[in-house]
Amino acid sequence: MAATEQTIKQVNTLGSSDYKYGFSTDVDEIRPPKGLNEEIIKFISAQKDEPEWMLEWRLNAFKVFNKLPKPQWAKLNIPEIDYQDCYYYSIPKSLKDKPKSLDEIDPEILKTYEKLGIPLKEQKMLSGIAVDAVFDSVSVATTYKKQLSDLGIVFCSISEAVKTHPELVKKYLGSVIPVSDHSFAALNSAVFTDGSFIYIPEGVRCPVELSTYFRINAMNTGQFERTLIIADKDSYVSYLEGCTAPMRDENQLHAANVELVALDNAEIKYSTVQNWYPGDKEGKGGIYNFVTKRGACRGKNSKISWTQVETGSAITWKYPSCILQGDHSKGEFYSVAITNNMQQADTGTKMIHIGKNTSSKIISKGISAGKANNTYRGLVNILSKAKNARNFTQCDSLLIGNQCGAHTVPYIESSNSDSMVEHEATTSKINEDQLFYCQQRGLNSEDAVGLIVNGFCKEVLQHLPMEFAVEAQKLVAISLEGSVG
Amino acid sequence: MLEIKNLHVSIEEKKIIKGLDLSINKGEVHALMGPNGSGKSTLSYVLSGKDKYEINDGTIDYNGKNLLELDVDERANEGLFLAFQYPMEIPGVQTSFFLKTAINSKRKYLGQSEMDALEFAKLMKSKAEELNISTEMLKRDLNVNYSGGEKKKQEILQMSMLSPKMAILDETDSGLDIDALRIVSEGVNKLRNSENSFLVITHYQRLLNYIKPDFVHIIADGKIVKSGDYSLALELEEKGYEEISQTA
Repeated sequence: MAATEQTIKQVNTLGSSDYKYGFSTDVDEIRPPKGLNEEIIKFISAQKDEPEWMLEWRLNAFKVFNKLPKPQWAKLNIPEIDYQDCYYYSIPKSLKDKPKSLDEIDPEILKTYEKLGIPLKEQKMLSGIAVDAVFDSVSVATTYKKQLSDLGIVFCSISEAVKTHPELVKKYLGSVIPVSDHSFAALNSAVFTDGSFIYIPEGVRCPVELSTYFRINAMNTGQFERTLIIADKDSYVSYLEGCTAPMRDENQLHAANVELVALDNAEIKYSTVQNWYPGDKEGKGGIYNFVTKRGACRGKNSKISWTQVETGSAITWKYPSCILQGDHSKGEFYSVAITNNMQQADTGTKMIHIGKNTSSKIISKGISAGKANNTYRGLVNILSKAKNARNFTQCDSLLIGNQCGAHTVPYIESSNSDSMVEHEATTSKINEDQLFYCQQRGLNSEDAVGLIVNGFCKEVLQHLPMEFAVEAQKLVAISLEGSVG
Repeated sequence: MLEIKNLHVSIEEKKIIKGLDLSINKGEVHALMGPNGSGKSTLSYVLSGKDKYEINDGTIDYNGKNLLELDVDERANEGLFLAFQYPMEIPGVQTSFFLKTAINSKRKYLGQSEMDALEFAKLMKSKAEELNISTEMLKRDLNVNYSGGEKKKQEILQMSMLSPKMAILDETDSGLDIDALRIVSEGVNKLRNSENSFLVITHYQRLLNYIKPDFVHIIADGKIVKSGDYSLALELEEKGYEEISQTA
């Protein structure tokens, strides 16, 4: 069909110029030499003025890292990463001593966030959303802090929490993702720089969305995000992270560890809109996004819900998972992963059912265009004690053009005869007749693709907080711009 | 409005339309009748710009523009509307959202600002009522789990909201019961004025009892074999395609 030919032609002409967050900010940086060794870890720890126990934890993780091989299970073509050819720490000089107020922050950095649509100044702050802004290796500012602390909610950078809430950090850090889990997890544990820390006390329902905005700015610099969220008994929190980076020809590494802990009757809703620079159409540059996200439903009746919209990065390697320990606990995973041009994504989830009457739900929508490859990889594991466990999985893939790939790799392991596991999967090509129908109603081809793909993703997008759903819909359309003629 | 001259169209080397001429002026309603495989639907797709058809010869002038040079969405935004024989389902897209997107695409093309939400809601409500379409239906995904009749009504709703200059109705009567046929036809008749034109494609004379055409054309084997006024449709009903085609 001619439209298919046009599709391919258009995909080929699509350049990275569409990435509107590709600018960089000119700031003086503090940056130790390249390379990964004990010295650099000590340097990071000293820069952050960390207590001794934290440094020891990092050094131990580094020993573990050195023993672990790189994970090999993903269907990804990952070039050999030279860990010695990368900077592990970079902060704007002006942020060396954490600014006490926004007036002390370099206006260039404030401007960067404003350009990204994340104003940090009081009078312009987003209503209903508290933001922690992370610039390369350091948290710039956290909004609404005072209002939240009145409720007993702790929302600050992890570096700060190490000093102000060491008992919570010691208790929970690494308790969901053990340092030895795999090499990226160990690497992050050794060199993590910044990220957010959240503690919601017993019985508190967090009244605003908490959000972190990650920005990689410096060249050749890895970003090692570390986030820890603890929801105490009967509490609720909704958290959102956003990510962007400048357009650069070199690949950059973002290796994150995110741990969630939900105690009795607590609920954590974690949403991600990941829009790292994907590289240009030949696959040059872009972020390597190796992320370990895991939530533990430790308490009875607890619930953790992951929603992700993954549109960026050259390589995405990410499996937000739930460990359903508490009886009657619930895990959910809603995912949209879009790959275009040369992007590769291997993403999915693990639902580990341990407690009785636990249930999980997985809805995954993968969209591939250009020469991209998109894999759903999931594990549903029902252990013998998990009586009456339930899982429902639905994986749908949509292909645009005929040079891209969609793969679905579900693993189901059940050691229990009372449990019920359902799996549905579909793969389809974008329907030329639907496109024609929309165009006959006056939509141009890009708007038509955006509309159809957004319809395809609706089940997932509707789980995003309302404030972000509209943005995410636009992002879905933008990331496929030019994919159909 | 529309001037088709010596049109030859093929699909995958197979000739479907073989020298078709048709001229439609402002304010006129033309009916195109013919048996299966005569090229009726092909003509509607060629006019709206579907891309698997090859134009081997001929010209199509649309309000002074070379229609064949315009993209599908440009034709639509220039006021050419096709009511589909088989309207497409679009899962996850609410019908009202689709309507709004279509209207605003046209306004954008014409350099106008987006329609205000309240104005849109009013327009949709009044047009939907005329066609006996419930507001509940407008909240459902476009054409998903609609009955055949509901889909056709939805096409006419879109048409009346977009108020096209040149509307092509491709077998809109197929699959309609008598009540739906009446409602759909009334919808079309309300839109008729001295500034717009209609090309009504149908197998059966029945629809033309409701939408009275100014001209009737009979198409057979890719050509118009006979043209006349409304009485030709009645004659066709009586004699059948074969006899009419032979006497042509």
